[in-house]
Amino acid sequence: MFHYIVRRILIAVPSLLGISAILFGVLALAPGDPFEELAQNPNVPPEVRLALRAQFGLDDPIWQRYFHWLVNMLRGDWGFSFVSRIDVDTLILGRLPVTIAVIGMAQVLALLVAIPVGVLAAVRPYSWFDRIASTFAFIGFSLPTFFTGVLFILFFSIYLGWLPFVYRADLSETGWRWWWEQFRQSIMPITVLGLFQAASMMRYVRSSVLDVIRLDYVTTARSKGLTERVVINKHVVRNALIPVVTLIALQMPAVFGGAIVTEQIFRIPGIGSLLIDAILRNDTPVIMAVTFVFACLVILCNLLADVLYGLLDPRISYR
Amino acid sequence: MSTASAPVLSKPSQSISPWAEAWRRFKRHRLAFWSLWLLMALVLAVLLGPVFYKVGINDIDFQARLAGPSWKHPLGTDDLGRDILARVLYGGRISLAVGISAMLMAIAVGVTIGAIAGISRGWVDAALMWVTDLFLSLPQLPLLLLLIFLFREPLKQMFGLELGIFILIVAVIGGFRWMPVARLVRAQFFSLREKEFVEAARALGASTPRTVVRHILPNSLGPVIVAATIDVAAAIIAESTLSFLGLGFPPDIPTWGRILFDARDYMDLAMHWALFPGLAIFITVLTINFIGDGLRDALDPRRVL
Repeated sequence: MFHYIVRRILIAVPSLLGISAILFGVLALAPGDPFEELAQNPNVPPEVRLALRAQFGLDDPIWQRYFHWLVNMLRGDWGFSFVSRIDVDTLILGRLPVTIAVIGMAQVLALLVAIPVGVLAAVRPYSWFDRIASTFAFIGFSLPTFFTGVLFILFFSIYLGWLPFVYRADLSETGWRWWWEQFRQSIMPITVLGLFQAASMMRYVRSSVLDVIRLDYVTTARSKGLTERVVINKHVVRNALIPVVTLIALQMPAVFGGAIVTEQIFRIPGIGSLLIDAILRNDTPVIMAVTFVFACLVILCNLLADVLYGLLDPRISYR
Repeated sequence: MSTASAPVLSKPSQSISPWAEAWRRFKRHRLAFWSLWLLMALVLAVLLGPVFYKVGINDIDFQARLAGPSWKHPLGTDDLGRDILARVLYGGRISLAVGISAMLMAIAVGVTIGAIAGISRGWVDAALMWVTDLFLSLPQLPLLLLLIFLFREPLKQMFGLELGIFILIVAVIGGFRWMPVARLVRAQFFSLREKEFVEAARALGASTPRTVVRHILPNSLGPVIVAATIDVAAAIIAESTLSFLGLGFPPDIPTWGRILFDARDYMDLAMHWALFPGLAIFITVLTINFIGDGLRDALDPRRVL
């Protein structure tokens, strides 16, 4: 098992290097350079600008610059935000927990909805329940998160006035009140993101259960007199969920995309809204770092899924 | 999938071309069938609407600012008194054009890479699949935003404001959607290249490019068509998302996502402003997804219907 995990980590390293190369390539190919603004600034003499260029190694050959940049990223030296004047890593670390909490809760919600619905739909394929669930799944992933978010705000915040539509990181309440307010302001973003995820997850669960339910060992389980409930819960669902783990990991890039949009709609101070703000203010170091963090998170999720797959499915060889 | 003519001689009345058969199966999927009509109506409205509905997208009606739907303005007006129906119709053209162009690009790249990987074994295949997997695990939206941020200005200068942004958005969205197609095509190639008819073609002396273009590719078209349909929907969502984040088309070009973005600050005053462009995106994407589902059933020859 240990070797299996080490091997997976070693496989993840080239992908991370590849992604960092793509990121750096994009930045290097882009016309203009980060000191262009200084060139138009009359207070900065050209010698200072050239000295800065040399200091940041902008005149070196590209592979050297990539290597330099990569070493800096790995050492945690992510540069300095042009706009907020703090180190990029402190800026990101301060915002990351909110994003991870929202994404994590949304995934939990999605699983809680998708697994029961998907299993029930697959146990009786083409029944009325299956038809309704499948139609709702279609509607669910045809509704872009930004439109669901807008609809939720229109209905729950403006029409009914139940929930706040701006997420506040600095709640003034303490104790139980704090938890209650936190809960109230988190419901809408988590539901928007979670339901979008649940829609595609439910389809995976359904088709996976449909694949498993035809297998011979299920017939065996039924014929030895087990109740349908035991057959489904213990024999079918357990095995059907194994491939779903991988499919969920493959969905992670889309989840992060959805999280950026959701953070933007509800004004949640996470790294997604940090990215948008940085883009609107031309804050290049922050943009690069946040994109890199997202890439690392995606790879980390794939790695987790691989390890989990190995734990869940004993047929996978650990060598 | 050229129509075979040999068996027709024996039973002339029973011959159905594969496309007619697919259409017969497609009609069985009732949701897909009605979605097709709804989508066609929507496309017609977007294409011909501005011909009949003569209100300009930038005509300002000072008496009706943030007005709800009425006879004069069927979908209401925005904060400057511009007619939302006219803007939604105009935005639809851009959204559909982006969707279809980005799909064509994704399919072209995907089919090329999938075909090369599928026909050549060994390290070429391995390398191309590594790149495909790498692209699949890229965080797409952040990279889309980064690319647009970096390349917007130069392309604007090169091709002009509207065309530059259009090219950028199509290239970037298309460039991130080819991976599933490449995998599909490769998988199809793997099974098809061992089939007897391909072997027969090879035995007759057909070159590899000819075998690929004339024999393997046409037979792997079914799943590609399904993927292409769904890609149009995904590209429309991607474009609207970019515009909604304020990073797509510039403010004077009203795409559906952009209208929603502008409406966001007035949601409590003018609900209709956000609602109608959102509904337009939703209906388009939903109908396209249903059509894709119907095509999946219709083009899968193993399925008995």
